[in-house]
Amino acid sequence: MSLLQIVLRSLRQHLLSTVITAFSIALASGLLMSVWVVKDQARASFTGVDSGFDGVFGARGSKLQLVLNSIFHLEASPGNLSWEQYERIAADRRVATAVPIAVGDNYHGYRLVGVTTNLFEVEYREGKKYAVRDGYLFNPKKKQAVVGSFAADRLKLKLGDTFHPYHGLIFDENNQHAETYVVSGIMEPSNTPADRVIWIPIAGLQNMAGHDAETASDVSAVLVKLRSKRSGMMMNQEFNLQGDVMTFAWPIADTMSKLFNKIAPVEMVLRAVALLVALVAAGSILASIYNSMNERRREIAIMRALGARRSTVFAVVVLEASGIAALGALAGFGVYFVIMSVAAWFIRQETGIVLNPLEFQPVMAWAPLAMLGLGALAGLVPAAKAYRTDVAENLTPIS
Amino acid sequence: MLLSIENLRKCYGTPDGSVLTVIDVPAFSLDAGQQVALCGTSGSGKTTFLNLIAGILLPDEGRIELDGCSVSETSEAGRDRLRARTIGYIFQTFNLLQGYTCIENVLLGMSFGPGADRRWASELLERVGLGRRLDHFPRQLSTGQQQRVAVARALANRPKLVLADEPTGNLDPASAAESLGLVRETCRENGAALLLVSHDRKVLGQFDNVRDLADINRAAAGPSAGEAKP
Repeated sequence: MSLLQIVLRSLRQHLLSTVITAFSIALASGLLMSVWVVKDQARASFTGVDSGFDGVFGARGSKLQLVLNSIFHLEASPGNLSWEQYERIAADRRVATAVPIAVGDNYHGYRLVGVTTNLFEVEYREGKKYAVRDGYLFNPKKKQAVVGSFAADRLKLKLGDTFHPYHGLIFDENNQHAETYVVSGIMEPSNTPADRVIWIPIAGLQNMAGHDAETASDVSAVLVKLRSKRSGMMMNQEFNLQGDVMTFAWPIADTMSKLFNKIAPVEMVLRAVALLVALVAAGSILASIYNSMNERRREIAIMRALGARRSTVFAVVVLEASGIAALGALAGFGVYFVIMSVAAWFIRQETGIVLNPLEFQPVMAWAPLAMLGLGALAGLVPAAKAYRTDVAENLTPIS
Repeated sequence: MLLSIENLRKCYGTPDGSVLTVIDVPAFSLDAGQQVALCGTSGSGKTTFLNLIAGILLPDEGRIELDGCSVSETSEAGRDRLRARTIGYIFQTFNLLQGYTCIENVLLGMSFGPGADRRWASELLERVGLGRRLDHFPRQLSTGQQQRVAVARALANRPKLVLADEPTGNLDPASAAESLGLVRETCRENGAALLLVSHDRKVLGQFDNVRDLADINRAAAGPSAGEAKP
């Protein structure tokens, strides 16, 4: 019977406490991995999403609000730019592509974004363009809509369906517009915030009944692709530092990084809590085995009487603690997957950002190993007690 | 000579500060394959004597030599090894591990010695009449059956010396007689010497060689003899 088999027998003998302790390790390990992965993937996704654009022009105000509104389709617009301002941007020799967008309406909470068709010529990721999966792209002169895949799924919209938009970015059934839009296409999933959007012709949104006629030609923002990085630096100087009419959010990733840097202390607290949970779980191994040592002293004495060395019983206890930690760490992947599936679903629902729980992250290697190490460390104290067990005293009453 | 003991002394401190001598054996020996019964009353130091021979306790003075190895002078690891390979121990309370099946209890004893041999363990259990109970846990066995597992475990490593501490103390007379016969027979079959301690006259009556512990252990004979726990 090998050392491993002795450890397995012991784990079997104390099955209930083994399962409970391993479960606490699983929760800790799963939580640890989830916190790290959500944080890292969310940062990477938010700072990595630029929808294929280098910068965004908008009304004078917050760059973050501008980016959140125009790229992530969250937040309200900081204000409008006139059509003339858009035309000036589009005509600028430093700008390769300019796409105006207009926001302000929704359909059951999913926002309608008015846009020109050149959006669909931009690569939102290398080699990837927004594409229509079913149907066709809207006709800029008609009341047609192309629905993002996620929005279509959630709203159960199909080709040929009609709907009435609602005024505002927050759904209010009393604010229904009279216009009727027809779904002309459903987009291919892009795993970007665009999946949560209902795209319509920009003129349609600008001229929606009930909108201010004076600002009917305004746009909410202009998404631009630049000819060079130098152009961005020059335009940043021109519009942000010297000018006071427009805000130029450039580069987009920098704006989002600043947001994450601001919430870094919150992330640190979350990580610290996760680490503390891991320590508490390791403590539960110590408590569980240590508390059982009194009833196990006789077993240890019997093993010693049969010829087991002190180092053997020491190793059995340390391996037992490591075994519980290993079981917990293994089950931790299940806990991680459950937490991440819920978190990914929630984040996608709220932001359109897609997290991939199955994508390998370093924490998936070091967290289980750390739990294993902590488990082994936690086993040292009861192992020392086992090591010191007096054989004659615990074996049998002396006659 | 398999076992030789000279001037063995074991003392314990008492709560009142005095020293209680529990073992004081000037000389004792046992030949290979010999079967000897030691009789002694409660508190005469029977278990302490066996524990000293097994290397579970260390003497304060004297020498124990077993199979050419000085038990009293060898390291703890050496004594562990000796216990695993040369000695089989049958305890009064059997000391079976409750979380292990019959065969696992036997295999466990083997694993600290020459190595687990499932076939030999099964054979031994078959020999003691538990061939159909290999996967039963101790709690699923009668007291007599548990004792048989303890016998099989003690013989598993083909020891040269089997120490039996009141092996029939927890059995009814019929089971005790049967069990004792089994211990003696299996020891004989395996060429192991047997040193058995008991205060049961029926048990002692079955041995040709019965020695009174009081004759061997001066501490048991003297006025200071009494209960002592290390």
